[in-house]
Amino acid sequence: MEPILAVFVGALFTVAIYLMMSRHTIRILMGVMIFGNAVNLLIFTAGRLTRDVPPIIPAALDVPEIATANPLPQALILTAIVISFSFFAFLLVLGFRAYQELDTDDSREMRLAEPKDDPLPPLGY
Amino acid sequence: MAAPSGAAVDISQAMVVAEAPLADWLVIAPVAYCLMAGAGLMMLRKYVKLQPRLAVFGLLALVAMTAGLLVHVLSGGTVTVTMGRWLPPFGISFSVDILGAILAFTASLVALACGLYAAQDVDKTGRRYGFYPLLFLMMAGVIGAFVTGDIFNLYVWFEVLLIASFGLQILGSERQQLDGATKYALLNLVATTIFLIATGFLYGIFGTLNMADIALQAREMGATAPLYTLAALYLLAFGMKAAAFPVAFWLPASYHTPKVVVSALFAGLLTKVGIYALLRTMIMLFPEQRDELATLIAIVAVVTMILGTLGALAQTDYRRLLGYLVVSGIGVMLAGIALATPLGLSGSIFYALHSIIVMTALYMAAGMAARIGRSFSIAQLGGIYRSHVLFAAISLVLFLSVSGLPPFSGFWPKAVLVKASLDAGIWWLAASILVTGFLTTIAVGRVWAHAYWKPADTTPPESPMMIPTATLRPSATYLPLIGLVALTAVFGLYPEPLLVLTERSAEQLLDPGSYIQSVFPEAAQ
Repeated sequence: MEPILAVFVGALFTVAIYLMMSRHTIRILMGVMIFGNAVNLLIFTAGRLTRDVPPIIPAALDVPEIATANPLPQALILTAIVISFSFFAFLLVLGFRAYQELDTDDSREMRLAEPKDDPLPPLGY
Repeated sequence: MAAPSGAAVDISQAMVVAEAPLADWLVIAPVAYCLMAGAGLMMLRKYVKLQPRLAVFGLLALVAMTAGLLVHVLSGGTVTVTMGRWLPPFGISFSVDILGAILAFTASLVALACGLYAAQDVDKTGRRYGFYPLLFLMMAGVIGAFVTGDIFNLYVWFEVLLIASFGLQILGSERQQLDGATKYALLNLVATTIFLIATGFLYGIFGTLNMADIALQAREMGATAPLYTLAALYLLAFGMKAAAFPVAFWLPASYHTPKVVVSALFAGLLTKVGIYALLRTMIMLFPEQRDELATLIAIVAVVTMILGTLGALAQTDYRRLLGYLVVSGIGVMLAGIALATPLGLSGSIFYALHSIIVMTALYMAAGMAARIGRSFSIAQLGGIYRSHVLFAAISLVLFLSVSGLPPFSGFWPKAVLVKASLDAGIWWLAASILVTGFLTTIAVGRVWAHAYWKPADTTPPESPMMIPTATLRPSATYLPLIGLVALTAVFGLYPEPLLVLTERSAEQLLDPGSYIQSVFPEAAQ
């Protein structure tokens, strides 16, 4: 199972990086979203895929008796999902507002902060 | 699902049973306090007159807490507390050594200065949209990153400070800000995601996220695990966060767009969190792998510092020039990481502290110059020396300090780094640090000559956009600036105590024995 997932994660990264190299904000945003999901799947795979019982310790014991599934990767992914989801929501609004205000979603034409025809600094006193 | 009471369970196997001493709560206090203060101020966001006062007192309390933490760490060594009392490596540990404590203290000083400055710089709308709550939340992220001992937790704090910084970046919603914020937000998110990729692989290799545990195991693993890949990924991720060449261009594209006080905060704190994370991962966790990458880091350092100053030389806008100087400073700090000798690291840490204070103060100075001259362009500014002699003197001190000229705080770390590179026999690193200092002097010298010394141009500048129209109330705006300038002057004239501290923190990074012992008391050799 791990090799299949590893290839799948690689494919997701490829798609994400391809999209992020685009000039258009909306494609970059989709790339960022796929990038985030690829990472989540990567953590899941790196945490080893085991088909064990849930990590619940019987009431009378203080350590589990038998091997249990590792809950930590899921906790990590849950955190990462929440973070990447909220960031994506913010970026989507930011991208939309930038499109409205700057009248373009082409990152090459977003030159308001760094104008192309910036004057040279004073060369003499 | 509660366990039946009376079951004889020996919790000491899995939990910390001893009560934490009262002083150890100082480790968690600044972070928890910042989160609570941010939430409290968020509820009071409509009381725009009350906000700055509450925030300044709140930031004073934060400075007191981090000062207490620094004293505690200096007297008692590295302090570790573990959340939920679960024994490390299962609980999330917060471990503070001298490096973390001193950076947290300096960061809170700068936050206080910015809180004071913002009382003049951020208008009522900015306050209502949450400048002060976001400032506290960002400080929670910054200080959390400095004190945490868990690498996934470090990622979480990076994201906390990042989302708060997005809010600060677009405060005002001007077109320029949206442009800058788009680039800042996307590229920083990619950087933290690369950090998360590296952390996912790290967990797959080590099965632990506790930094002390990783440091222990990495030394045993050696070449049996793909640690070079990990170290290279962390170098890319944190290099991007710190704005090192070739992944630095988000910084000059965005740092001049927000309000001046926000730029000041960002320039002081955010890139240094990246440098701190590089120090932690490269020096403490993966020293062998860093040795292999040392030449690469040195080349990156040289290119970053030289291109940063060349970029600064090409700018007309006061703030954009400063953005490039921030990048150039990152190159100087990377030089110490490339050397990884006690002297070199000490120089890097000293430079980071110097840069936190001076870059913040320089952005504040740019804001004040723009209020006086109604423009950020050094071609249009002029005559500040004649009209505001005290402010001109303060700016000159900052210019000398950022160029690394004595008797100010920029001189010592550069001198230390040049000596460290010559000791290591890397003459080109030493030479480029000196050339950087020279080019920086030219860049800021031109600002001084045109904006301050030259008589004012009589033609009125067109479109003084983004410059607050409030009249300059000297006491309130001068106070934070004078405070920061006093710090750079004092540590320039009397650097001995700070040098001792940075040397001790460099030694702790190079030999993490005391850090590991503070997390695993019984595992110490």
